[in-house]
Amino acid sequence: MSKYVICTEQMTVGYDGKPLINNIEIKMKPGEIFTLIGPNGAGKSTILKSMTRQLRLIGGTVYLDQKTMSRMSGNEVAKKLAVVMTERIRPELMTCEDIVATGRYPYTGTLGILTKKDWKKVYDAMELVHTLELKNRDFSAVSDGQRQRILLARAICQEPEVIVLDEPTSFLDIRHKLELLFVLKNMVRKKHTAVLMSLHELDLAQKISDYVICVHGDKIEKCGPPEEIFTAEYIRKLYGITAGSYNELFGCLEMERPTGIPRVFVIGGNGKGIPVYRKLQRAGIPFAAGVIHQNDTDYEVAKALAVSVVSEKPFSPVSAESYEKAKQLMSCCEKVICCIDVFGPGNFKNHDLLAEAEKLGIIVEKN
Amino acid sequence: MGRKSELTETPVRDSVHETPQKKVYIRYLTAFVILLALLLLFIIWNINSGSIHISVKDIIAILFRGKEDETAYNIVWEIRFPRILAAVILGGALSVSGFLLQTFFNNPIAGPFVLGISSGAKLTVSLVMIYMLEKSAVASSGTLVIAAFGGSMISMGFVLIIARKVKNMSMLVISGIMIGYICSAVTDFVVTFADDSNIVNLHNWSMGSFSGISWENVQLAAAVTGVCMILTFLMSKPISAYQLGEAYAQNMGVNIKAFRISLILLSSILSACVTAFAGPISFVGIAVPHLVKSLLKTAKPILVIPGCFLGGAVFCLFCDLIARTVFAPTELSISSVTAVFGAPVVIYIMIRRKRSMQ
Repeated sequence: MSKYVICTEQMTVGYDGKPLINNIEIKMKPGEIFTLIGPNGAGKSTILKSMTRQLRLIGGTVYLDQKTMSRMSGNEVAKKLAVVMTERIRPELMTCEDIVATGRYPYTGTLGILTKKDWKKVYDAMELVHTLELKNRDFSAVSDGQRQRILLARAICQEPEVIVLDEPTSFLDIRHKLELLFVLKNMVRKKHTAVLMSLHELDLAQKISDYVICVHGDKIEKCGPPEEIFTAEYIRKLYGITAGSYNELFGCLEMERPTGIPRVFVIGGNGKGIPVYRKLQRAGIPFAAGVIHQNDTDYEVAKALAVSVVSEKPFSPVSAESYEKAKQLMSCCEKVICCIDVFGPGNFKNHDLLAEAEKLGIIVEKN
Repeated sequence: MGRKSELTETPVRDSVHETPQKKVYIRYLTAFVILLALLLLFIIWNINSGSIHISVKDIIAILFRGKEDETAYNIVWEIRFPRILAAVILGGALSVSGFLLQTFFNNPIAGPFVLGISSGAKLTVSLVMIYMLEKSAVASSGTLVIAAFGGSMISMGFVLIIARKVKNMSMLVISGIMIGYICSAVTDFVVTFADDSNIVNLHNWSMGSFSGISWENVQLAAAVTGVCMILTFLMSKPISAYQLGEAYAQNMGVNIKAFRISLILLSSILSACVTAFAGPISFVGIAVPHLVKSLLKTAKPILVIPGCFLGGAVFCLFCDLIARTVFAPTELSISSVTAVFGAPVVIYIMIRRKRSMQ
């Protein structure tokens, strides 16, 4: 218990006295990154706002550095906890260094004048997030990505033990999303700060988090290391995905498969099948895929998009049984698309399948 | 955006670990020197001009050597000087009040006049004045300030209720203007049906004017404004935090509730003080903070607050000079003059704001 920098005990959060999420237990040690995920409106922001005292707790306690947070003074909390909010701010006539300098607020005197030491901390923080060259630029004239990093620098120079970020990547393009998370990780490594944030991007959450907290309904439905959380089955349940699917190996989303009797048979493998599957999916043509080894990249996508997939165990030659199954499926199709030109001992049967198709008089398209 | 070119101008890590460059400080210093010089210039000009010409030499003689020429002494000491001080103190108070309201509502075109706060104060002050007139007594400065404060708080109350419902900045201002109109209408109504002795004075006051201000008025105004200014200046740190929005301010350790209440009280007292003595004065509260911020090229409260006070003083001295002298001996209401110079600034702010939103 003594090692936690921030920890909640049976915390209940909500608005206007109405509980929204009950019994929240979040316990963080220095240098850990925790991520909240969950559908829109599940209450991720509500949890973060309650833990940063922007919302009154409905029940339970938050301990910040082993002290009851509700009994700490504003200044005391400010020295231990910093935030980066989702809302865009539009301060007028403030340079980037002015924005970062506000992070020194809890450490300055009555009039808030920064000493040389304070300024050094401001510039160190800006350097850490690679924004030092922006220091004299007007804050409203820099890009969204730069703005988020400046706000992160602001939080860093507050020298907190915990930084709370509410959807820090929301408005950013992919390059800036990656950059922001990179500097965040870098900061955690250097400063050993605990980071609690909410993210919408599951792929990024999976890669950056030490621990993932899933908010669903009126409770924390599940939490654990990313390996336990990001399973196709659970993500489907958490977000209530009905159309399409979540791919746990790639951490990406697939569209809904076209349904019906397969009209095309795709002979895939070696990753060559994926573009064809996607093309057929976009055209809305139901298809079957075969014979693919279960360790082939094509297999994951085929499973998500094809009506039926004939697969084979990893590293084994295609069995007679699979071959028969594929032949049967193929004979009902109008067309066969062959995506591979390399045949070896493992998939030689696919070559036979192609010959069979020609014999049956099915249109064969080589891709 | 149109500011991309700044990218190339950004100095490359020259003064990496130093406090902000000297250049900035020179700008601040220059700005304050300019404001002080203008203040001095307009004070002298104001003493100097009027229906009776008194030369600078005579003025110096009057100020430092006392009574030599009775009439000139009285004009300078009893009429012009209190009026100048009133313009300085009240002009400063008004623009600081505007700056506080803009911070509070996070709205660059908020101000005591457009939000109807001045008009609320005007209403209660006229009620008190008329009541006192009927009892054939003269309301003391203190009574007027208290009445004005009551009126501003009532208007402020309405504005706060509306601000909870509408988040749009122009809607808030329109609501404020409506509140202002209602208050003005009631004031006019009351003034029309009041006893007609002394009504001319009341009418002048209700249009906004620095004329007829006594030393007693000036003393009280100076005391109230002085205390409020010191308190406001001491709040510059939380104000700077609040400029990033409530959430960040709260995270920096600002007690939001106490802060918001102090901001409301200070801005109401400051604008009430102005209205009690000079009536409602338009646009100073919006135009001056904007001009001062542009001059300083920063919104840092620690600089903007004193800057606003000086700027407001200069602006009101300048407008009062015009009000007194342009159509002399007829005097214009100060509000008409401030509107002529202030309203274009407001229009400019709105246009620029619109552009930066796109």
